[in-house]
Formats: sequence, structure tokens, C-alpha cells
Amino acid sequence: MNEHTPHEHTPKGWRRWLLSTNHKDIGSMYLIFSIIGGIAGLIFSIVIRMQLAHPGGTVLGGNHQLYNVFITSHALIMIFFAVMPGLIGGFGNWFVPLLIGAPDMAFPRLNNISFWLMIPALIMAGLSTVVGMGAGTGWTMYPPLSSLTGHPDMAVDFLLFSLHLAGVSSILGSLNFITTIINMRAPGMDFFKMPLFVWTILVTSALLLITLPVLAGGITMLITDRNFGTTFFDPSGGGDPVLFQHLFWFFGHPEVYVIILPAFGIISQIISTFSKKPVFGYVSMVYAILSIGVIGCGVWAHHMFTVGLSPSATVYFSAATMVIAVPTGIKVFSWLATMWGGSIRFDTPMLFATGFILLFTLGGLTGVVLSNGGMNIVLHDTYYVVGHFHYVLSMGAVFGLFGGFYYWISKICGRQYPEIWGRIHFWMLFIGVNMIFIPMHFVGYNGMPRRIPDYPQAFAPMNYIASIGAYLTAFSTLIFLGVALYTVFRGKKAQSNPWGVGATTLEWTLPSPPPYHTFETPPHIGGDLHEHK
Amino acid sequence: MTRILLMFLCQIFALPLFANQPTEWALYFQEPATPLMVRLREFHDYLLVISFFIAAFVFLMMFIIIYKFREKKHPVPATFSHNTPLEIVWTTIPVIILIFIAVPSFKITYMMDHIPKSEMTVKVIGHQWYWTYEYPENKIVYDSYMIKDADLKPQDLRLLSVDRPLVVPVDTVIEVLATSTDVIHSFAVPSFGIKRDCIPGKLNQTWMKVFKEGTYYGQCSELCGSGHGFMPISVKVVSKEDFKKWIEDNKNKKG
Ligand SMILES: [Cu+2]
Repeated sequence: MNEHTPHEHTPKGWRRWLLSTNHKDIGSMYLIFSIIGGIAGLIFSIVIRMQLAHPGGTVLGGNHQLYNVFITSHALIMIFFAVMPGLIGGFGNWFVPLLIGAPDMAFPRLNNISFWLMIPALIMAGLSTVVGMGAGTGWTMYPPLSSLTGHPDMAVDFLLFSLHLAGVSSILGSLNFITTIINMRAPGMDFFKMPLFVWTILVTSALLLITLPVLAGGITMLITDRNFGTTFFDPSGGGDPVLFQHLFWFFGHPEVYVIILPAFGIISQIISTFSKKPVFGYVSMVYAILSIGVIGCGVWAHHMFTVGLSPSATVYFSAATMVIAVPTGIKVFSWLATMWGGSIRFDTPMLFATGFILLFTLGGLTGVVLSNGGMNIVLHDTYYVVGHFHYVLSMGAVFGLFGGFYYWISKICGRQYPEIWGRIHFWMLFIGVNMIFIPMHFVGYNGMPRRIPDYPQAFAPMNYIASIGAYLTAFSTLIFLGVALYTVFRGKKAQSNPWGVGATTLEWTLPSPPPYHTFETPPHIGGDLHEHK
Repeated sequence: MTRILLMFLCQIFALPLFANQPTEWALYFQEPATPLMVRLREFHDYLLVISFFIAAFVFLMMFIIIYKFREKKHPVPATFSHNTPLEIVWTTIPVIILIFIAVPSFKITYMMDHIPKSEMTVKVIGHQWYWTYEYPENKIVYDSYMIKDADLKPQDLRLLSVDRPLVVPVDTVIEVLATSTDVIHSFAVPSFGIKRDCIPGKLNQTWMKVFKEGTYYGQCSELCGSGHGFMPISVKVVSKEDFKKWIEDNKNKKG
């Protein structure tokens, strides 16, 4: 793989990977990890859709606990072992240093441990599905269902330790990103010159650093409730199950932005590149990202409108949630304005970006509907919510992931993907996901609760359509895997910049693939006030 | 005997009330049966109109962009990268729209939480995996289980019908107290616009005033273990006289 300057010292064999301190190698490992996690999460979701294809489904042999284990694992794996490692660990590690002209991450060894902690975390998550009755708590893990009352065996403990490990990994990774971005920018790369992807990783890291310790506290209390006789969440000992929900969602809601913000960043850069225009309203985009991060930390209880909040709390959390629509709207409009007047190439990354804007807008609008405390009571825990958050996450974050993959894969492995197959993948996925998630809104309106393994006859037609959509999505993912493998091993050799004049960020000035060590002497970013410093 | 007759009559009268229950290919809410749900549905209609225009605007712009600014049609890109008045406009317009959403929304929130003087109380207690309904004023307590597939009668709805529904009178303000004895459940009836978590150690409160007789259905709405999909809620709304009769018939029975 490396045919560059002879002075380069590249460790060989297993040492290169296990002991890696190189941001590109670690990024690649994260990307591979993310693809494996994504496949696992997808398999869970396909089994879920098979079970729900018809009323009275027997795919899981009538074992409804197993169904709950599947929905739990689907969510946790997709969030912690597919999307986060892909967007933050993968693209973040690979491209944050390249985009700011840094030679590597600030703490390369910390970077190594961040990645390798994910492996035991994934193993523990896997064990939580097979030990005893399996962890069927939903990813929200509300006690007392997740306490000894609901899950007396060790499965939930495995799940909690898995989250602890993934959390430590993310905290260390976040520290690393924040330090790198603040301290290792090339001369002339001031904060307001950083590409938007770097900004989103910075805000995402800050969010993780603020919220993960709260989750860690909550799950630690749950662990001691389960194993050491404490009663933090047990009313018979003076505890309160709702407290856990506050702690969980204080993390869980910002987590949504942790997932979507890096996708915003990737989409911004793709749109600018393929429109051959700078990002419209860069400064307000940055402030939009920052304000989404800040406000996003104060809206958590909009997941809890049915627990019996006081009306003033409901009104506050509704209002704060609605406010987030403003910076989000700014982003959507700025993307449109970036495209407006451009000379747009609709290659695969741009198709994903365009699809992202359209579908994310729909997900955002259903989000505004759900933000209303009153309306939310009717729709809470129905399939409407499932439809909504898959529009923003499955079509938001995952489109960001795929867009980033097609955008950067030639930089990563020096080979370009076959354009036609990228487009086939996009269109199949686009049709598939809409077939899955549009009908979910309808059954949700009509009252179908989420997380049920079987449903009344009335919901059958819509669920059948959703299942067909899921099979189509699975098929499109097979095409993606084919494209990925073909590209990495057989793809056409790529130039350093396959996208032409629109690609103005630093990574395109490097050869594809870049040498093992890049920017050992920092590049100079010219044309700004700080040039002389 | 009267009860059987009553049930029989209700079955007949339930026939035209199809939308009290979910229906195949339905695209929208079940028929509202409380003033609250009427308000919520109107509010949602209003939200839909606003959402429709916003979505239509974004889609329209996107189609214009795709049509006009393709590389082939528009080979030389423009170079502008900001426009302050435009940015102010697209910040303020959403704020104004949100104010127009927030005001009616908050009114509904306060309406939901302000319980009018209640005329009776029912207590719903969630268990893994059935409901207990309690009428504290009349000392009636009984359990309500889903009808299993093997015992379904032709008029029953699979996974929705129960052996003993919650029976309440029409046009009466009913305070609903919700709690649980094991894990968290959630008492929900879509037609009434109510959903309240049943949390062990807590007594949650909501209310309903149903204006139409009939049988209404809901399902447990908080994941509560393997039987979560199998603890439906069925509410039979009867006339005030019939309700009195039902109370008399059930008062002295064991739960
Ligand atoms: Cu339940």
C-alpha cells in the first residue's frame, strides 16, 4: 500500500494495527469496525422487519423477549458501533488532521486505546444478547425493566458495561479531537477558516464530554442497584425510576446531535465541492452548529412528556425543542443557497447530500410536530416517533456516512469507486428507506405502539410495505458491500483530486492515498489577517 | 342477564363506530372521542398545513436547483457566499412560524393538565402483562386480560379485545390515576388523546371526558417486557344510566 518516500517508517504486520498510533490507520480501523457494526445492526433490523411483515409473525419462534433483545441491540449497535465509529472515529480520525493541516492527532496513543476499547465494548454488547434471557430493555434501559425486577440475570449488566467501555472510548476520543483542533491547526488556519466538518467534530466532542459522564453516572447507579443493593431507582427504597430517565436523556438527546452534526459537516463539504461554490453563510453555519449543540443540552425531557411532568416543565421543554428548529432551518436554507447558482455535478456523494437535505427536512418537520408537549402525548411511543427518528438518523446520519464514504474513499485507499454502482446503491437505498419509514408515520398516527412484536390486523398493510422496503434496503447494502470491496481491491487508481475545482480543502492537495505521515511541516494557509503571526 | 343484553346492544351499536379502532390503510388519527383529542386533531391539522408549505418550499427549491444549476446547463458557478438580508429573513420567518405554533400548543398543554372538577375516579394499575381497573368510590376492582388467539370470537379484535374492558360513563369528567406494581407501563387510548406512564411508586394523573358511546382501544405504550404487545386497553363507554346499572351489578362481586 505504501510506495512513497523511502525515509518513511511504517510498522509492519500486526504491530502496525494493534499498536497503531497513526490517525489514518486508526481511522481505517474505525471505518472497518463501523461497517461490521452496521452489518450487525442491519441484520437485527431485517429480522425485526421479517417478524413484523405479517401479524402473528413467528420468525423468532414466538419468543417475544428475543424480539425485545433484537430491538435493543439494533439501536445500540447502530448508534454506538456503526454511526459513531464511522462518522467520528472513522472520518474524524482520517480527516480532521488532514483538514486542519496537522501531522496527526494530539495524543496518538490515546487514540489507539480509544479504538481498542471498542472491541471489548462490542463483545460485551454481543454477550448481552445471548447471556440468560438477553437484554430486552430497549436502548433506553428504563428501570425497573432493566433492574432485577425485569431482568434478573446478567444480560443487562453486560449491556451496561458495554456502554461504559464505549463511553470511555468516546470520552478519550473527544479529548483528543478537542485538543487537536484547538492546538494543532496549521498556521493561518484560524477557527473561522476550519472546514465545517472540523467544526462539527469539535462541537460533537464537546457534547460527548459534557453528557457521557452523566450517562456513566446513571448506568453506574443502575449497576449498583442491580448488584449491590442500592435503591437509586427503586421506589421501595426511596428511589425514583424517573430519575434514570432524566440522567439517560440528558445524555441521550445530545447523543442525537452527536450523531447528526458530523453528518451535517460532511454534507456541507460535499455540497460545496460539487456545487463548485464556497459554503453559503459559513459564519452563520458555524453559529448554527454551536447553538444546536448548546440548546441540544437543555431539551432532554421532551422524551418524557408522558411521565407526569408539570405543565410549566412541559412548556419549557417544548419551547426549547422548537427553538432548535431555527438553527436547523438556517442550515437547510444555507445548503440550498450553496447549491443555488452553482455548477452542480450529481455524482454519488452529491446524490446522498441532496437526498439528505430532502429527507432531513421531513424528519425535522415531524420533529417540530413532536416537540409540542400536547401533540407528543398522542404520538409518544408510537411508530410515528420511529418514523421520525429514522428520517433524521437512518436517512440523516447514514446518508452522511455513505456520502462521506463515496466522497473520501479515493483519498483513503487511492482507488475510486465505480460511479454507476454508487448511483444504483443510492437509488435503491433511497427508495427502500422511504418505503420503510413513510408507512410508519401512518400506523403511528393510527395508534400503533412501538416495540411490539405483533400487532392488530389493522396495521398489517402498512407494515408489509415497510418490510418490503427493508428487504430492498438490505439488498442495496449488499450492493454497497460489493462496491466497497471492489473499490478497495480493484478500483481505478485515483488522482489526488477527483472532484475538480470545487474541492478546495487541504486533503485534496495530498496524493491518494496520502503518505503514511502528512503535514510534517505544517502547510501555510494564506490570505488572511493572521498571516504574519 | 342485563349485562349480556347490554353487551349485545353495544356490539350492534359499535358497528358504525369503526374509527374507534385502528383501521387498515388508515393514514391519520382514530376518530376523536374527547374534547381534548378534538383540539389536538385540529391543532395537528394546522401543523400539517404549515409543514406542508415548508416541505413544499424546500422541495420546490431543490427541484429548481437540480433543473437550473446542473453542470451541463450552468457551467460557470456563481461566487457569492453570503447575503445578510436573506440570512436575517430565513432566521426570523421560522421564529415567527414557531410562535404561531407555540401559542396554541401551550394552550393545549395547560388544558391537558388542568383537570376540570372530576365526577368520578378510576385507577389503572399496570402489571406484567395485564391491567387492573379500580373504581375507588364504588370499591370495584378487577383485572383485564387480552383475549388469547384461541378464544377469539368473530366480533373480537385480535390483540385489542379484552375479557373485561374498563367501563366508564359518557359525558362525565373522569379522573384517571395511573400506577404500576412492577415495571413502567403506559396507559394510552388514542381516541381520547391520553397517554400516561404507570410508574411504580408514583401516582400519575390525567383525565378524560368522552362524548360518544362505544368501545375504544389502546395498547400499553411503554416497553414492559416480553408481554408488552399483549396487554391492550379496551374502554367501553356507556350511557350514564347503563353505567349506574353496571356499578350496581358489579359492586358486590369479588374482583
Ligand atoms: Cu405494559
